Amino acid sequence: MNMETPKAAPNKPVKHDARGIAKVALGVVAASFLFGFAMVPIYRIACEHVLGIKLSGEAADAAQVALMTEDKSRTIAVEFIASVNSKLPWAFKAEKARIEIHPGALTEVWFDATNESNAAIVGNAVPSVAPSEASPYFNKTECFCFTEQTLEAGESRRMPVRFVVDPQLPRSTKTLTLSYTFYANELATKQLSLVPAPVGDVAKN
Amino acid sequence: MAHAAVHDDHHDAHDHKPQGFLDRWLFTTNHKDIGTLYLVFALIMFFTGGSMAMIIRAELFEPGMQLVQPEFFNEMTTVHALIMIFGAVMPAFVGLGNWMIPLQIGAPDMALPRMNNWSFWLLPFAFTLLISSLFMPGAGPQGGWTLYPPLSLQGGNSIAFIIFAIHMMGISSIMGAINIIATILNMRAPGMDLLKMPIFAWTWLITAFLLIAVMPVLAGAVTMLLTDKYFGTSFFNAAGGGDPVMFQHIFWFFGHPEVYIMILPAFGIVSEIIPTFSRKPLFGYQAMIYAVASIAFLSFIVWAHHMFTVGMPLGGELYFMYATMLIAIPTGVKVFNWVTTMWEGSLTFETPMLFAIAFVILFTIGGFSGLMLAIVPADFQYQDTYFVVAHFHYVLVTGAIFAIMASVYYWLPKWCGNMYSERWGKIHFWMSVISVNVLFFPQHFLGLAGMPRRIPDYNVAFADFNMISSLGGFWFGASQLLFVGVIVHAVYFSKNRATTQVWEGAHGLEWTVPSPAPHHTFTTPPVINDSMLAHGDVTH
Amino acid sequence: MMSIGFSRMRRVLAAPALIVCSLLASTAVFANPEPWQLNMTRGATQVSRDVHDIHMLMLWICVAIGVVVFGVMFVAMFRFRKSKGAVAATWSHSTKLEAIWTIIPVLILIGCAWPATTLLLRMGDTSNSEMTVKITGYQWKWRYEYVDYFGKQPNINFVSSLESESNRARQLGSGVNPADIKVDGYPTYLLDVDKPLVLPVGVKVRFVITADDVIHAWWVPSLGWKQDGIPGIINSTWSQIDEPGIYRGQCAELCGRDHGFMPIVVKALPKAEFEQWMAAQAPAPAAEATATTLAPTTAPQG
Repeated sequence: MNMETPKAAPNKPVKHDARGIAKVALGVVAASFLFGFAMVPIYRIACEHVLGIKLSGEAADAAQVALMTEDKSRTIAVEFIASVNSKLPWAFKAEKARIEIHPGALTEVWFDATNESNAAIVGNAVPSVAPSEASPYFNKTECFCFTEQTLEAGESRRMPVRFVVDPQLPRSTKTLTLSYTFYANELATKQLSLVPAPVGDVAKN
Repeated sequence: MAHAAVHDDHHDAHDHKPQGFLDRWLFTTNHKDIGTLYLVFALIMFFTGGSMAMIIRAELFEPGMQLVQPEFFNEMTTVHALIMIFGAVMPAFVGLGNWMIPLQIGAPDMALPRMNNWSFWLLPFAFTLLISSLFMPGAGPQGGWTLYPPLSLQGGNSIAFIIFAIHMMGISSIMGAINIIATILNMRAPGMDLLKMPIFAWTWLITAFLLIAVMPVLAGAVTMLLTDKYFGTSFFNAAGGGDPVMFQHIFWFFGHPEVYIMILPAFGIVSEIIPTFSRKPLFGYQAMIYAVASIAFLSFIVWAHHMFTVGMPLGGELYFMYATMLIAIPTGVKVFNWVTTMWEGSLTFETPMLFAIAFVILFTIGGFSGLMLAIVPADFQYQDTYFVVAHFHYVLVTGAIFAIMASVYYWLPKWCGNMYSERWGKIHFWMSVISVNVLFFPQHFLGLAGMPRRIPDYNVAFADFNMISSLGGFWFGASQLLFVGVIVHAVYFSKNRATTQVWEGAHGLEWTVPSPAPHHTFTTPPVINDSMLAHGDVTH
Repeated sequence: MMSIGFSRMRRVLAAPALIVCSLLASTAVFANPEPWQLNMTRGATQVSRDVHDIHMLMLWICVAIGVVVFGVMFVAMFRFRKSKGAVAATWSHSTKLEAIWTIIPVLILIGCAWPATTLLLRMGDTSNSEMTVKITGYQWKWRYEYVDYFGKQPNINFVSSLESESNRARQLGSGVNPADIKVDGYPTYLLDVDKPLVLPVGVKVRFVITADDVIHAWWVPSLGWKQDGIPGIINSTWSQIDEPGIYRGQCAELCGRDHGFMPIVVKALPKAEFEQWMAAQAPAPAAEATATTLAPTTAPQG
C-alpha cells in the first residue's frame, strides 16, 4: 500500500501549541479532582435513584405516607437491632426485637437508651436497613435518629420510632431489619461541657 | 547511573550534552536522560519493594511468628504495594515512554521538557516521604495500600505522610501523562499519522488519558481521608453520618483504571516485540488499538467488582459482574492477535521474545483467574484470599514486570549501543519464569483452601504451599540480581556493538537512528516511508 | 523451630507426588483446610456446593480456552521457527477470524453469566428465614447475638475470640510448635476460638452483620460466602447448614494488628441438641436482655 501524502510540509513537525494541549489536560485534571469530591453527593443520588438504597436519615414525606393504604393480605416481619459503639458508655435496646406488621400500617416501636457513665453525653443514632434494596420502602415519620440525643449521667430515655413500610415493597421481601448504632458525638459532648458547665468526666470516653 | 555518559567518545560532533554531573542529570530536559532516570529509579524501587516482599515471604515461610511483629508485617504489605505500583511499575513505563515515544514518532524531544524534569524529580522526594513514614513514632502505615477507612485513620500521623506522598506521586504521574499526550498529539513527524504510530505509543496515549482522568480522583479520595482525620469532616466516618463504603467506591473508581494504567503500556510493548521476532507484521493493528481503547473505557465502569462483599444491592452486583465479564472480550482479542501474529512467522527466541511469550501465557492465566473473580457468587469465596493475591501478581509481575523486562532487553542495545549477553539474559529469563510460577501458582491453592490475604501467620494446613511459595519468592528475588548484572555488563563491559537496526525483524523509526541513540535525535523531522513504519500494513 | 522447618522442607521437596495424590483425591470433601488442599471446599450447605460447582465450571472453561490458545501458540513456536527454515508470511489481518474470536467469547460469557445470575439471586434471598443471628466484628474478636429463633428471642449474646493456646503460640518467638495445637487430631492453630457460634442444622439462618470499629469480613468457607461487617451499616445474608460439624473460618478484611488472629468457628448441631444448648445458655430470658454495651475497659485501644 502507498503512504498517504504528509499533511504538513515535509521536514517540519506538525506544530500545534503544546501549552494549549497541556492547559486542556490540566483542565481535565482539575475537573476529575473535583469529580472525586462530587462523587460524595453523586454516590448518594445514585444509591437512592438507581440502586434504590436510602442513605439519608431524614423523615419521610408525610403527605406521601398518608396516601399509603394498609395491605392486610401480607405480613412481613420487622426486626430491630440496637447497637452501641464501644466508645459510647450507653446501654441501648429495642423493647421488641421483632414484630409482624402489614405493609402500609403506621407502626410505633420503642427503644430504650441509658447513659451508664457519670457525665452527660451526646449521641447520634445511625440507621441502616437490611436488605439494602428494601430501604426506600421504609418510611420513618418519627425517629430519634433525626436529631442528636443528649443523655445526662445515668439518665434513661424511652424513644419512639414511627414508620410505615410502603405496600409497594417487593413481595419477595418478607423480613426487614432496622438497625440503629449509637455513636458518641464527641464535638457536641465537648460543647455541652463548655456551655452550662455540668460536672462530669467527659474525657473518660 | 550515568551509563550513557561513558559512550560520549563515539558520538558525532553535534551531540552536545551537558558535561557536569548535576547539569547532566539534575537539570536535564533531555527525554533520553529523563527516561534513564525514570528507569533507574524504577529499578531501585523494584528492589526496595522486593526486599519488603522477601520479608513478607520469610515470615510466611512457616506457621508461627518467627521474624516480625504483626504490625511490622502489615507495614510491609502496605508499603510493598505502594512502592511497587507507584515506584516501580508506573515510573518504569513513564521512563520507557520518555525514551521511546519521541524516537518512535520522530520527535526531537518531549513537548514539555522542563515539566518532564520536574515530574521525575518529584518522585525521589515522594518516596523519601513514603518510606520515612515507616520510621514515624506511632508506627508506619498499616492499613493496606487501599487505605480503607476507618482502619487507615486509626494509626498515627504516618497516614498524613502517605497521603502527601500520594499527592506528589499523583502530580508527577499527571505531569508525565500530560507530557506524553502533548508529545504524541503535537510532535509527530510529518506523515506519522495517528493510525501509523507504533502500538506502544498508542497504548501510552490511552494510558495517559486514563492517568489524567483518575489520578486526581485518588488525590480527592485521600484528601477526604486527610480532612476526616485532622479537620473533623465525616466523609467516611459512620459516627458523623458518613459512609466508609463510599471511600471504597471512590478509591476503586481510581483503582480499576489504575490496574489498566499498569498493563496497557505492557500490551504495547508486547505488540512491538512479538512482530519483531516473528518477522511478520502485527496481526490486526487497528483491532489492537480498538481493543485497548475499549479496555480503557470499560475500566471506568467496573470498579465495584473489587467490593462484591460490601453488601451492594443485587442489581449493582449483577451490573458490575456483567460489565467486568465484558473486559474478557477485548482482552481475548489481544491475546488471539498476538498468537496469530506468531502463526506463519519466522520465529527466533531472543530474550525479549521469551519474556513476551511468557507474558502472553502468564498474563492470560491471570486473566482467567480474573474472569473467575468476576463471577459474584464465586467471588464471595475468592474475595480477599490468596486466590486474589495470586491473580493480581500474575497480571502485575508476569504481566507488567515481565513486559518491562522484555522491553529493557529489546531496547537496551538502542539505549547503550551494546548488545547484552544473550546467554545470561536467557538464564535470567528461565530463572525468573520458573521461580515466579513456584512463587505465585501455589497461592491459588492457598486461597481456595481458605487462607485470607494480609495475614502474618496461618494454620498448619497452609504450611506446605506457603513454604513452596516462599522458596519460589527467594529464588525469584535472587534471579533479579542477574537482571542487574546483565544490564551493568551490557552498558559498561559488553564489547558486542549493536547495529542501527539491532534486531533483524525490527521496524520503526527508533531503529533508524544509530545505536546508541545520540543525545539529540530527529532535530530535523525524518521523511517517513512505509518500510520505516513499525507494523507494515497499516490499513488494518 | 528450625527442625520443624527442615522436616517440612523434606515434605515440600516430595511435593509433586503428593500433589498428584491429592489431585486424585480431589473429590474428597474438605470441611476445613487440609494440607495440600488444592481446591475450594464443597462446604456444608446447598449454596456452598452450588458456589463450588460454578467455580469448577469457570475453571474448566478457562482450562479449555487455555488449552486451545496455548496449544495454537506452542504449535506456532515449534512449526514456524526460523532455525527450521520458516519464512515469514506477510498477511496481517482477517476480518473473518477477528469476528469469530469476538463472537465466541461473547457466547461463552453469556453461558457463564446465566448460572451465576440465578445463583446470586438465590444467595440474596433471605426470606423465610427461621432464625436471626447478629454478628459484630471488633478488633479483634466477634460478638454473636441470637436475635430470633422461630419468633422467640433467645437472649444469647457472647464474644468469641482466639483460644488461649493459639494465642500463646502465635507470640513472636514463643517456641510453641503450631502443629502441636490440635483438637480431635485436627490442627487448629489460629482456627479455634474460646466460644464457637452454635447453629442448628436444617434451619435457614439469617445473619445480620456489622462492625464496631473498622471493617471486618466474616468468612466460613464451608458456608460458601463472606460478608463485610461495616461500622454503621447492617448487611444480611443467610445459610442453611445440612451436616452437623465444626466449620472454621477467619476474618477476611484487613482490620489491623491482629487481623490474622480472629478466627471464626461454627458448631452445627442437630436441631434438638441445639435447642438444649440454647436452653442451657439463657436460663432467665429477663436477665441482661439484649443490651449491647461493651464495658469501656474492653473497648479496643486506638
